[in-house]
Amino acid sequence: MRILDVEKIQSSVKELCVRANYYLSEDVMNAFNESIGREESPIGREVISQLIENAKIAKEEQMPICQDTGMVVVFVELGQKVSLAGGPISEAINQGVRDAYKEAYLRKSVVADPLIRENTKDNTPAIIYYDIVPGDKVKITIAPKGFGSENMSKIKMLKPSDGIDGVIDFVVDTVSQAGPNPCPPIVVGVGIGGTMDKSAVLAKKALTRSIGSKNEKDHLRELEKTLLEKINNLGIGPQGLGGNTTALSVHVEAFATHIAGLPVAVNINCHAARHEEVIL
Amino acid sequence: MGSYEISTPLTKEKVENLKAGDTVYISGTIYTARDAAHLRLVESMNNGESLPFDLKDSIIYYVGPAPAKPGKVIGSAGPTTSYRMDDLTVPLLESGLTGMIGKGKRNTIVIESMKKNKGVYFAATGGAGALIASSIKESEIIAYEDLGAEAVRKLKVYRFPAIVVIDCEGNNLYETEREKYRK
Ligand code: SF4
Repeated sequence: MRILDVEKIQSSVKELCVRANYYLSEDVMNAFNESIGREESPIGREVISQLIENAKIAKEEQMPICQDTGMVVVFVELGQKVSLAGGPISEAINQGVRDAYKEAYLRKSVVADPLIRENTKDNTPAIIYYDIVPGDKVKITIAPKGFGSENMSKIKMLKPSDGIDGVIDFVVDTVSQAGPNPCPPIVVGVGIGGTMDKSAVLAKKALTRSIGSKNEKDHLRELEKTLLEKINNLGIGPQGLGGNTTALSVHVEAFATHIAGLPVAVNINCHAARHEEVIL
Repeated sequence: MGSYEISTPLTKEKVENLKAGDTVYISGTIYTARDAAHLRLVESMNNGESLPFDLKDSIIYYVGPAPAKPGKVIGSAGPTTSYRMDDLTVPLLESGLTGMIGKGKRNTIVIESMKKNKGVYFAATGGAGALIASSIKESEIIAYEDLGAEAVRKLKVYRFPAIVVIDCEGNNLYETEREKYRK
């Protein structure tokens, strides 16, 4: 058994939250630089160059790339040979979020109750998913999620007979309807299979993959390629002002499902596609 | 599609000269208000109470900025998605509001009211919060401080970059440009 103090998790969460919000990750920056050469629309090119400039200013000034510093989603992969000491892990994670949002001047965007809507003033609670895995390591992935793009996400329970064409139509239609709202260029996470909730988590997890990464399975990799092409043919473009850079990447994840079902979830992320991870 | 320097107040004459597709740099005073502040503004109007600022020829920016670091005017301050304000926009346009800055689509009710009352809708680049913050020179909370990031702020801006997306004739760049690049 390896003993790990949750204090270590707390400080890592804090550091990851600040880093994710202040620095545009390298994969997104690379995707911007590639797309600017391909973008047909002059306004589109201007928008992408503004976003590149924005990332430079944020880094220099040590300020968030976007004011919506999101609700923090945390994926924890906990090795089963690890014994956690020093208190409850969820509290440690939330304390890490609290410290980051307070000390780094990040925006507090969380309300305690969805109907009463009183701000918790420290951006907690985070949404935390735990997975128990083999080994003696702990992997923490954090993804602060902005809601301009979250609000454009959708889930649908398709019929098995709808098949791959049904999936394609639903994903492309969801992006088409979202139009300019989620701050394109976007990253699209697609979760297929499982139950309703499982497909949503798969879609969210797909967004933590790095831009341009591909699914290992041939048919899903093919689907990612098809979806990206169809989405970029919609004409939406950067900020919805026209162009062929609507999505930077499409990530598909799939899981076993029931003989009667074909759940599909589409989670949209903006270009402020914040994701950071650490292995402890 | 031109590029213009505009200054506040944004009179109806100035609005009539702006066309969808124009790039503008706005200088002067603008006010911030998003979801919760809109609810309160419209509630006050319905109750016949006075508003925290004069709507006539004014510009509202839909933003909830990140907190300012010590010594800074404001934190990151890019636009939020505008459709959430659609149901609360018409009474403001009826009372003299002439400009709105946000991102994303507006509904036909808002666009019709913009045509009737001579209003213009600008988009700022969503997610460019750090870049936009550098055009904000002063910031003062003038109402609803309890709303935190959603409080109403009076901003002094210099060359705030935006694009005219929907003009007062109802021309909509989101629709026309997208068609050009659809394959
Ligand atoms: S959708 Fe993303 S980039 Fe746009 S305002 Fe929200 S968090 Fe920022």
